[in-house]
Amino acid sequence: MEFWNFFWTTVAAFFTLATFSFLYKDNPLYKIAEHLVVGVSAGFFVMVLWHTTLVPNLIDRLADGRWIYLIPLVLGLMMWFRFSKKLSWMSRYPMAVYIGIGAGVAIPLEMATKVIRQLNGMMRPIDWENFFGAGWLDVTAGFSGILLFVGAIAGLIYFFFSKAHTGVFGGVAKFGLWILMLGFGASFGFTVMARISLLINRIQFLDNEWISNAFDSSNEHYTVMYPILFWLVILGLVAYIVYEIIAYRRRGPEETAGTT
Amino acid sequence: MKATFEKLMLLDRRWVFLALAVVGVASYSLKDFQVPILVTNESRQIFAAIDELEEGATIFLSIDYDPNSLAELHPMTYAIMEHAFRRGVRIVITSLSTNGPGMADEAIRAIADSVRIDREYNGVMYPGREVVNGVDYAFLGYKPYPAIVILAMGQDFRIPFPADYYGTPLEELPLMENVRNLSSTECVIVITGTNIADMWLAYGQARQGFPLAFGLTGVSTAQYYPYLNSGQLFGLLGGMLGAAEYEQLADNPGLALDGMRVQLFLHWTIIIFIVIGNVGFFVTRKRRGAGGNV
Repeated sequence: MEFWNFFWTTVAAFFTLATFSFLYKDNPLYKIAEHLVVGVSAGFFVMVLWHTTLVPNLIDRLADGRWIYLIPLVLGLMMWFRFSKKLSWMSRYPMAVYIGIGAGVAIPLEMATKVIRQLNGMMRPIDWENFFGAGWLDVTAGFSGILLFVGAIAGLIYFFFSKAHTGVFGGVAKFGLWILMLGFGASFGFTVMARISLLINRIQFLDNEWISNAFDSSNEHYTVMYPILFWLVILGLVAYIVYEIIAYRRRGPEETAGTT
Repeated sequence: MKATFEKLMLLDRRWVFLALAVVGVASYSLKDFQVPILVTNESRQIFAAIDELEEGATIFLSIDYDPNSLAELHPMTYAIMEHAFRRGVRIVITSLSTNGPGMADEAIRAIADSVRIDREYNGVMYPGREVVNGVDYAFLGYKPYPAIVILAMGQDFRIPFPADYYGTPLEELPLMENVRNLSSTECVIVITGTNIADMWLAYGQARQGFPLAFGLTGVSTAQYYPYLNSGQLFGLLGGMLGAAEYEQLADNPGLALDGMRVQLFLHWTIIIFIVIGNVGFFVTRKRRGAGGNV
């Protein structure tokens, strides 16, 4: 790894550790990282929008004499009148075009995707030849089809509040509640896995790309600056921890804790 | 016993964070400890869709995620791209997420480097070769407003993307000669952690009818399983586990398989904390009497 690559990797490592420091409490290192992300993201988005959209899809096409693109240009400019109290009515025209087209395209497609195709999926014939499927809870299996149908009906009955949830109706509603709970449990399990994945990725980054390269003397670009940069970051963090310990001893746990 | 649980119920949550960090780092260092992975049918379907394609076939890969999701989604992108390039399958790539082009560019460069080296996967020797821009892949770049871009790509890639990410007009890319729109590709694989997935279903699959598969972050995986049952999706990779399954199928161990060891230990740690918390809740509630709540 070349020096400047390692330098920026060290910057990334510093901000990784600075972000993790929030788990102890809110602090200036975390604030720097947070503000940098917001600022860089906003600036990056503006530049990406300019270079990938406005230039090739509008400016270049107008330069080629395709004057039809004046219509979206004018509509886009009219949007800016929202900032004027007197002329804000002009922004309603592009909004009307946008909402009209959006609703016209979205309503039939959303209906087909999220209602009709889902109803089809729930009411498919039971596959008796492949009743248990290829594996545990194979979604193509006949057994899964029955479970999904019964579960969907029971789940819908749970949300039917025009009749008291008693007797057989109450039992089915309770079964529906259990089905919902299973769904929430699956979502929670996946969410835990997702959060752990973020931690794993950062551990892999720190080990594979930062620590390994800081002490990799077989690297042809390696100089004494590599470990110096590494130790600078570590010393900075240790200094912050010592500062927190001193603050804790002076002011007590109530003022320094904050996240309990 | 009760006094111990009462103390535990008041435990500062930062001790839990510290415990997770210690277990995470310790289990990460157990490099020789392998976790068995059971491959699900929905992951196998995506692998099979690429594995069974003829050399020279074209697939579409949308890298619709930002760096905040790369932990789970980058391994999927790497595994799918390497599998496709090794098999001689060509890829049309886009990014409908603002920071996606950086993710895609990084993945293309890394995989191009990897494919230069001779490697054996599943007992088949794949000689190293150059992956050529415009021939093996076309990276079209980013455009905002995913729904509109998906609708336009359903008609013709050239409407939203007159030129590729590097500024070359699509007409000059050999790969794009016979590839007009999304339906011209064998299948569409979308890797995302946002509601762009909904847009691909509604504005892409429902309108064009092409075979669609998702690689999703763990958080959003569960809500897309109904689309497998209805046939709107032919495959689904869920979070780091999905990526690990693909790596195992492709015989190409990477960051996801490496991370599953840590997942195992950290899940057990969290389960232990949940059990302690629940037992502590009931034990201390009994002590406070029938009124129960704190």
